[in-house]
Amino acid sequence: MTTVDFDPGAAAARATDAILDDTLHSTARGVVVDSPPGAGKSTLVVRAALELADAGRPLMVVAQTNAQVDDLVLRLAEKNPELPVGRLHSSDTDPYDKALDGLANVRPSAKAADLKGLPVVLSTAAKWAHVKVDEPWRHAIVDEAYQMRSDSLLAVAGLFERALFVGDPGQLDPFAIVGSEQWAGLSYDPSASAVTTLLAHNPELPQHRLPVSWRLPASAAPLVSDAFYPYTPFRSGTGHGVRRLSFAVPSDGSGPDRVIDEAAQSGWGLLELPARHTPRTDPEAVRAVTAVVRRLLDRGGAAVSERSPEPAPVTAGRIAVGTAHRDQAAAVRSALAELGVADVTVDTANRLQGREYDVTVVLHPLSGRPDATAFHLETGRLCVLASRHRHACIVVCRAGVGDLLDDYPSTEPVQLGTLVKFPDGWEANHAVLAHLAEHRVPWRP
Amino acid sequence: MSLIATLARLEAVSTGRAQPTATVRHRHLSGHPLVLVPLTTAGEAGAPLGALVGTDRDAPRLLVVPQPRDRDLRFAFLADLADVVLPYLDSCAQAVEAAERTETDPETGKRVKVEVELCADAPQLIVPSRAGLDYLRLLGRSMRFRRTAEQDPETPHPAPPRIPLLGRWLTHYGERARVPGSSLLLALTEVLSRHWATGQSSLEDQHLGALLAWIDPPGDDTGAEAARRAELARDADGQLLCPPAGPATDPAFDNKLLAPAIERYDRARTALAAAEDALEADDRLAALTAAEREIRDLVESRTRPTWDAVWRGLDLLRALPEGARVEERWTRDRWSFTGHRDRVLAGEPPQPRRDDAVTAANKLATREREQARLEAQEALDDPLVMAGRRLAGEAFAGEVTDVVMAYSEGKRPSPRPLVTVRTDDRPHLAERAKVYRSLDGKPQAAEFAGYEGSPDEGEGFLVVLRIVDKMGRGKEPEPGSVPEKGDAVCFTLFEHEQRGGAKLPDPEETPWTHGGPPGEAVGEAPDTLTEEDVL
Repeated sequence: MTTVDFDPGAAAARATDAILDDTLHSTARGVVVDSPPGAGKSTLVVRAALELADAGRPLMVVAQTNAQVDDLVLRLAEKNPELPVGRLHSSDTDPYDKALDGLANVRPSAKAADLKGLPVVLSTAAKWAHVKVDEPWRHAIVDEAYQMRSDSLLAVAGLFERALFVGDPGQLDPFAIVGSEQWAGLSYDPSASAVTTLLAHNPELPQHRLPVSWRLPASAAPLVSDAFYPYTPFRSGTGHGVRRLSFAVPSDGSGPDRVIDEAAQSGWGLLELPARHTPRTDPEAVRAVTAVVRRLLDRGGAAVSERSPEPAPVTAGRIAVGTAHRDQAAAVRSALAELGVADVTVDTANRLQGREYDVTVVLHPLSGRPDATAFHLETGRLCVLASRHRHACIVVCRAGVGDLLDDYPSTEPVQLGTLVKFPDGWEANHAVLAHLAEHRVPWRP
Repeated sequence: MSLIATLARLEAVSTGRAQPTATVRHRHLSGHPLVLVPLTTAGEAGAPLGALVGTDRDAPRLLVVPQPRDRDLRFAFLADLADVVLPYLDSCAQAVEAAERTETDPETGKRVKVEVELCADAPQLIVPSRAGLDYLRLLGRSMRFRRTAEQDPETPHPAPPRIPLLGRWLTHYGERARVPGSSLLLALTEVLSRHWATGQSSLEDQHLGALLAWIDPPGDDTGAEAARRAELARDADGQLLCPPAGPATDPAFDNKLLAPAIERYDRARTALAAAEDALEADDRLAALTAAEREIRDLVESRTRPTWDAVWRGLDLLRALPEGARVEERWTRDRWSFTGHRDRVLAGEPPQPRRDDAVTAANKLATREREQARLEAQEALDDPLVMAGRRLAGEAFAGEVTDVVMAYSEGKRPSPRPLVTVRTDDRPHLAERAKVYRSLDGKPQAAEFAGYEGSPDEGEGFLVVLRIVDKMGRGKEPEPGSVPEKGDAVCFTLFEHEQRGGAKLPDPEETPWTHGGPPGEAVGEAPDTLTEEDVL
């Protein structure tokens, strides 16, 4: 593949066609699709669902969270408002997005029996696990399969005959809140990802890969691809210069403004605070994050992209703050509220999975830490945080993370029989850090 | 580590004593536990050197393997161990009470209540440390597939008949110990470090002597000094004053004392075998007995300090009152014990070497549920634990400053009173977050409706909550079901009770994604004889 004649649209279309062909016509019981961040995974799921429905095959769709299910239902209804769709939901209060009530062909119910006979029924894995059927569905689509745990697939796999598994192998692995070393190395380790178990037992299944990230700009795709997907590289759908970020108000020369300009220019910015060991909710770092967000909004950002050749304002809804821990997110949220900033998404890496923004501000997971634990080094966490943006990503971090990494090489015990994930978090962290160093703005608040 | 645990450790460093991290005891302690202090042989996996075991702190039974590499002596040791442990386990197997359990009727497929037996108490095993616990697991694994003379009368070197049974019980206890909050098999260092924070790292807390030195330092010493002495102090012969709690022994002990003693024992044994007449044999037998005696004394000298330390640790724990929900968790342990007793009685084969896919998933689900239950119950039982959750923004306590009656919309309006709570805590409340409080031991749910006034006035937060359940069926809430002005309340952001998970397929119905059904269950064959068995 050469850079000169690479047509991202055509490459992506070829991949999608091959996937749909295998899904509809292959004799294999499963098809696995790996998708890098923003490669059109949801679009693929919706298209596959529509084609399967067209082919008259009853389809169940398994997603991991209610938000993901609702999102898929809305996308399906948008593409084909005529298609009757069932939304199986829990019996809690407000189990699904109220927007679904406005759709004529979407039937929500807490009982699977009510939705019998509908061409497509969607729900979460947790809800599907409670469903009992006499006759299994002909087909299933399992979305975010790499974030689904093996035991969760075990609970629903009896419901379908064959399935399309779609997911991003680079994002956060599923986790268990108790130790599960006891089963490490078993092909059906219940705490492993659903795809790991599936492929261990069915290595012959066709596997595909989406080759183009439509979300990540040309400045980000090579770094994310090299650091997190070294053996399955992907490209950005847009070239250099297609996405541009500009600001109406010029820089006032402060650290936040300089890092914003650097990120607008190059796609990346590192706002480096003086080295220091801090509690998780490092007040200075939180203030730095909120200052960057405040300035992003105050300076009237405008984004030009392939979607909108006219500059579109970068509003609060197009900005997200990513953290490693929930208390950090809570601290940033309340600090933003104090500055009068509303509607900016602030969440942990886990909850930002699958979401997309123009600009992201990331509090580096290792910032201010005295140690680097497996949690903070996890490849997927950094990958999620560094791949949510369409234009620019600004990382706020204390100095000294490079030394910290050198002091804490990965020492996780090696378990026999488990698939070693490459790259490991240590290496990925170094790769990202080395790249960010070129866009460093030191700042003493 | 939570913020409050970090603070407690810092305080322990500055005061020189371990700080309590609990005001009640969060694990069940039997009035009559069996304490087991095992020692292992260096360089030989699963070769016990000896053990102190028993239920009477003044009269432990000393079991010793004078030559740990001799399989016959090892079997004799394990048989002796079985003679101590199995009667203790049996002592609880007889006294039962009637209980009910919901089971699926095989004919109708309906869930029905059935009368079953539940053992009135369960035997509790206590080992000094996590390493000791892992060692019991290893012994269980090495014993439960042992071949007895009954199974295979022809092959030489059968194991004594009770060994596989002990192996099954130790395996069961070892598996149960992996369930959070269970108390069938406890490692004392883990229970102690649940209740006290020391000024050392959690890794160092695994040294029982050092841990006790922080919690209860002798004399006027600080914990740090006492812990240092426990870890390092040696006598004139270079032996540790506080021997490690095992099962691993100190290399200085192995090299200087144990190895020469075992060598003398080996020589005496060889000499006895070579004796040519009865008189000579008598003398040499006396020499052998003396050599064995010496090893027994050595093993006792290394296990007895740990044995006493375990009982001292138990005394410290017993001084704490038991948490209110500990009994409920112990009942689950009793169910676990009763269940395994029934499986043994029914003649079921030993636990398989590896779990199948469905069993593994079920175990993981149970443990995750128990972990969440344990975290919630510990907080509800103990204001100090709750303080940690409050500090982490996962709970808040305060005073009710206002109650406004409101009703839900709909055909039959139900009460949805709005309660304003003034709190100094800073809970991480998301929009419409669910919060819970304990009302007569049952959780009552409320919904976060917003803050009143600006959240940062230095006067604490005014949190407005909408109570949504446990108020009865009528239009007016039942008396006492809604907090009143002036009440002190504590709400948590985590749920108090855990929902049961979905039922997984039966192992025979394992789906294709997980390798399909495991096939016809084949009882695992006992371990075959290998050349190493008769070295």
